[in-house]
Amino acid sequence: MKLELRGVTKKFGDFVANDAIDLVIEPGQIHALLGENGAGKSTLMNVLFGLYEADAGEILIDDVPVQFDGPRQAMEAGIGMVHQHFMLIPVFTVAENVVMGNEPIKMLDLIDTNQARRTVTEISDRFGFDVDPDALIEDLPVGVQQRVEIIKALSRQASILILDEPTAVLTPQETDELMEIMRQLKKAGTSIVFITHKLREVKEVADTITVIRRGKVVGTASPKASQNELAQLMVGHSVALTVEKKPPELKGPALDVHHLCLLDPDGRPLLDDVSLTVERGEILAVAGVQGNGQTELAETLVGLRRPTAGSIKLDNHELAGLSVHDVLAAGVGFVAEDRSTDGMIADFTVAENLVLDQIDEAPFSKAGALDLAAIAEHARHQIEEFDVRTQSADVPISTLSGGNQQKVVLARELSRELRLLIASQPTRGVDVGSIEFIHQRIVAERDVGTPVIIVSTELDEVLALADKIAVMYRGRVVDVVPPTTSRGVLGLMMAGASYEDALKEEAAAAKKTAAKKAVQKGDDHE
Amino acid sequence: MSTTTLDPTLPGDLEAAEPRQKIAWKTPIIMTILGLISLVAFALTTGGDIASQVTIATGTPGLESFTVSLPSQATIAGLSAVQIILAAFVFWRSGSRRHVGWWPPFVFGICFVLAFLLWAVAGKGQALQFTSLLSGALFLSVPLVFGALAGCVCEHVGVVNVAIEGQLLAGAFLAAVVGALTGSPWIGLICAPIAGACVGALLALFAVRYWVDHIIVGVVLNVLVTGVTSYLFSTVLSEHTEIFSKPAQLPVWEIPLLCDIPVLGPVLFEQNVVVYIMYIAVILLQILLFKSRWGLRMRACGEHPKAADTVGIKVNLTRIRNTILGGAIAGLGGAYFTVAAGLAFGKDMSAGRGYIALAAMILGGWSPKGALLAALLFGFADNLQNALGVVGVAIPSQFMLMAPYLVTIFAVAGFVGRVRAPAAEGTAYKGS
Amino acid sequence: MSETTTAPAPTVDQAHNDDHKTPGGARATLIKIIDGSTITSILAVVVALIVGALLIAAADPQVQQTATYLFARPGDFFSTVGTTVADAYSALFQGAVFNIDTSYTVGDFLRPLTNTIAMSVPLIFAGLGLAVGFRSGLFNIGGQGQIILGAVLCGYIGFTFEMPAVLHVLCCFLGALIGGALWGFIPGFLKARTGANEVIVTIMLNSIAAFFLGWLLTLDAFQRPDSNNPVSPPVLESARYPAFFGTSINLGFVLAIAAAIAVWWLLERSTLGFRLRAVGSNPDAARTAGMSVPSVTIWAMTIAGGLCGLAATSQLLTSPFQQLNGDIAGTFGFDAITVALLGRSRPLGTVLAGLLFGGLQAGGYLMQSATGTPIDVILVLKSVIVLLIAAPPLVRAIFHLPDPERRKKHHRASTAAAARSEATA
Repeated sequence: MKLELRGVTKKFGDFVANDAIDLVIEPGQIHALLGENGAGKSTLMNVLFGLYEADAGEILIDDVPVQFDGPRQAMEAGIGMVHQHFMLIPVFTVAENVVMGNEPIKMLDLIDTNQARRTVTEISDRFGFDVDPDALIEDLPVGVQQRVEIIKALSRQASILILDEPTAVLTPQETDELMEIMRQLKKAGTSIVFITHKLREVKEVADTITVIRRGKVVGTASPKASQNELAQLMVGHSVALTVEKKPPELKGPALDVHHLCLLDPDGRPLLDDVSLTVERGEILAVAGVQGNGQTELAETLVGLRRPTAGSIKLDNHELAGLSVHDVLAAGVGFVAEDRSTDGMIADFTVAENLVLDQIDEAPFSKAGALDLAAIAEHARHQIEEFDVRTQSADVPISTLSGGNQQKVVLARELSRELRLLIASQPTRGVDVGSIEFIHQRIVAERDVGTPVIIVSTELDEVLALADKIAVMYRGRVVDVVPPTTSRGVLGLMMAGASYEDALKEEAAAAKKTAAKKAVQKGDDHE
Repeated sequence: MSTTTLDPTLPGDLEAAEPRQKIAWKTPIIMTILGLISLVAFALTTGGDIASQVTIATGTPGLESFTVSLPSQATIAGLSAVQIILAAFVFWRSGSRRHVGWWPPFVFGICFVLAFLLWAVAGKGQALQFTSLLSGALFLSVPLVFGALAGCVCEHVGVVNVAIEGQLLAGAFLAAVVGALTGSPWIGLICAPIAGACVGALLALFAVRYWVDHIIVGVVLNVLVTGVTSYLFSTVLSEHTEIFSKPAQLPVWEIPLLCDIPVLGPVLFEQNVVVYIMYIAVILLQILLFKSRWGLRMRACGEHPKAADTVGIKVNLTRIRNTILGGAIAGLGGAYFTVAAGLAFGKDMSAGRGYIALAAMILGGWSPKGALLAALLFGFADNLQNALGVVGVAIPSQFMLMAPYLVTIFAVAGFVGRVRAPAAEGTAYKGS
Repeated sequence: MSETTTAPAPTVDQAHNDDHKTPGGARATLIKIIDGSTITSILAVVVALIVGALLIAAADPQVQQTATYLFARPGDFFSTVGTTVADAYSALFQGAVFNIDTSYTVGDFLRPLTNTIAMSVPLIFAGLGLAVGFRSGLFNIGGQGQIILGAVLCGYIGFTFEMPAVLHVLCCFLGALIGGALWGFIPGFLKARTGANEVIVTIMLNSIAAFFLGWLLTLDAFQRPDSNNPVSPPVLESARYPAFFGTSINLGFVLAIAAAIAVWWLLERSTLGFRLRAVGSNPDAARTAGMSVPSVTIWAMTIAGGLCGLAATSQLLTSPFQQLNGDIAGTFGFDAITVALLGRSRPLGTVLAGLLFGGLQAGGYLMQSATGTPIDVILVLKSVIVLLIAAPPLVRAIFHLPDPERRKKHHRASTAAAARSEATA
């Protein structure tokens, strides 16, 4: 089955998520859709799957235009999708999830559970999945859940399978297994649309690569293209982040995290013996693939989670075990990873959001009564200093753009004398202009001698800001490395390789490419 | 290209912290405490030489009922011993992380209640009317069962149904009015679910279509139904007492053979048709909710509506349909107040039972059979004060009436087992 | 550059804001009016009156009679409907606002209004309790139980101890406050410590309170000596709210207004109120900002319970009632929910809603005695008003009004889509 998108455009208000996208997926191919976070890949696939309605353009299957009003039609047309956030019901069994919406019936509306089990085992055996049809989804590891999603799609006779960032939640081993599954599926004649931003995976498995940037198709490439070429296509040249930054002036140790451990309620480690130090006047960037413990590290440092073991000493003052209130009072500023749920209160005004964590302190309140004048004055001052674009300080913060909301959050956290600043994904969902501003403010805070921890999954941001980089993998800090470390080495470390191994491998790879280039040159000469 | 050897091994000190489930000690601890209460407060306070009399009706012709006299202390001590053995058993099962199953706490509960009853009537001249205690409990729990089933259906599809009260009342009203007008309790019975379904439809309209908070809609609908039925009662019904004060009543059907079962036969199988519908409804719902396509799809909507949507289930339509169905079930239960009991409609005659039904549904862990048991417990406690009031017991009846509510509070506070509500209940689905 | 992986969420948030959680301040009120929410409220009342009129007409024997020959003489039918409804509603109005017929004295003229004010007192107290809960994100269905507990303490102090007048009133007032607060504390504590859903716990506590009161009334300390009914002795004269100018308005109303001002100050001007609102709007962000969600929950429920408990004072310390009986809480706990919803959980709104519902109640009595229309129709009016106010799109659909949110929604969608964008990507 051949799938073609012609001029597909999807807008959210004034924002163009997909801009006249053309795409052809040939039968029996693995077609990678490569792009950075936020490039518009998932939106495109949601349009294709009938979850969003396109504003313009058409979808053709075997050269016949089709129209999907909902997922059901997309599925009937042979399109299956494995969502980034699995569409599985935790309290149902594997078999129930697979047949849901498409149930085999024995009599009187009762589900033929044997038939349902057979459906699962048949597909599972065909691809060597090893999935128990009677297991409850909530008891299964993420990798197996993903297989259930694939079984679900295949059981509906999907001949095109969309995998939306399938490796984001997987360990490298599971990723390798998924790659193998994709190859098998391809062999069995299924076309695959593989959405990702990871170059290594694309090169390993894709037949065709389409690169999307800022909602537009910016080029196609063959998997033989080098990582560098792909990266340049994906990132473009314009967004290279520049932060004016002097070398750090170290002013002595401030934060000492010692053997920090955190277990989830089932006893699985989220943080595994994490030790870090940050000096005054230094930015430590924590890098890693999403879900390797960075979020938990930040939340534990600020007191939102109680560590199972270990200590957090800030200026020789123990923070582990303190409440969030006490940690903040000890001089820690915290920019939460998810601004809209944790960083701000959407229907509070800008002024109120600017004092959210200081409401008990002078001058904003006295003896339990708010001092509105002081709050207003503070708001006026911070709005000006941080260049927050808002009609007034008294409108709900939800009326502001993402970048300006983030400036409010940052303005709040930086308005106090800080002994430590922790910023998680400080520029997520922020426009380019604001990114630059926010980065400058963070560097400025460093320059006055505040120790800073930046948690970011964006390598660009890490490299732009860091004075040293801690790479996390599966709840552990793999190594702390200098900011000059190459992207390649960091990438390998984010997959768990130690610094030495990563350096060695990088060197070997560089030699190989150099040799290849030399050969090519030789070819050219002939 | 990548040949990096990955290092998945964890440092040694975390080996000990491998995933293991926490042991649930609460149940055995509570059982032990109750068992000791039974032993100390019931058995040891009772004199050794007094007896507890219990009258049991049988279905057997010729021997309508008989009274047994049990040695109080010995019997209660025996029952207490059984409780403590069960508690020890549960301790052992929990400690070794094995599944406890439903029967030990269930048998425990029965023993505890029996011990309490024997203690309460010990040494009194009056015998405990055991059969009428049970049949009265069943009588009082029928509307609760229907209400709880309605709550079950609605909650599993993701709609919190606080309007059970209104649905019961609407069902009671329409059944009585139509029954009286037509002179046929059967037509009245058919109208009861229609009235409940109308209230359910309003709930669905506001909660699903207009995304109003489900609890708010439920509470306000209860006021609305109370208002409308009381108003019509005060006007139309009161002006035509010649028609409406003569209630139609459903006949009692004895189920042959089954009603001859000793003790339970007359309690369970000499009832009117509403009770039999209740038995069937509980069994059917228990099967269909968890084994049928209908049940699977509706639970999908209540657990993870977006997932349901992506496999082509129309979430809001499913929710609306099943909320109306739930309303109909509660409405049918309302008929029990009027045509089944042979009573005329009275103002606000459901008297808060809809809220109790909601509690029964929660106490029953969102399952039909659990709802049945919980509703029976509420009905039993309600009737217990009648039965013991006759005998004359020191405990104020109000405290016995309170018991099920306290149990429910303990249950939702997590002291009694762990019950889990459908994940997406009470939320609006606005996707596609 | 953004990529939205969830359904366009901003519209979702918008719609949800239509109920009780709305931004605060005078400016917000202004925005609300411009957005047509006041118009929605007025139209909701209109629809409710129409529904009520239908009921009134349908139940009227004369209307029923004329309906039998509707097609022969439709004029008869419609004029009968007209007079019936007009009579009922004019009685309702005269019972609630002022009496047009009797113009003997100013007191007579204004008596309905003073009755309305008297009737509104418990509704305002309990409505404020509900409003505090709503603003803190809690649904307190336990008004009934809290009123009962308040009444128990208030009544016991009122009829047992002899004290000087001012002190006695104060003690009874505090008793009601503490009784209600205790009954609000329990669900708050359980929610904070175990996550027990406050809706279920408060429903259970309502029944428990009722049984508890039933038991108390069997005790010698509470049972009225000269009666076989389960009622307490009347509250002593010294504990009664002084009435003003010989009307039915008494100190209770002043205290209710004072409570409203106190709640306003609490919510808008105090740090505790700031925390209550923060937790009510977004508990995750409140927690991240160092607030203790459990302690805020306990505070909110305790305050809410205390305010509901105060509703008991208007029953016990005011002339026609003053004794404790099983029906002391009436349906105030549930009525309070509708009052708070109608008042959009703002203190001023709650006072106005309390006055409106008090007026409906007072007018309902006159309507019942004058035209024979049972007061139950008032319940219908109240519930229809609240239902419609909770669902503005329905009102707009009924009256074919344009959606004032739409234009703004469109504009906001773009900014908010960008805001949420990569957070989910």
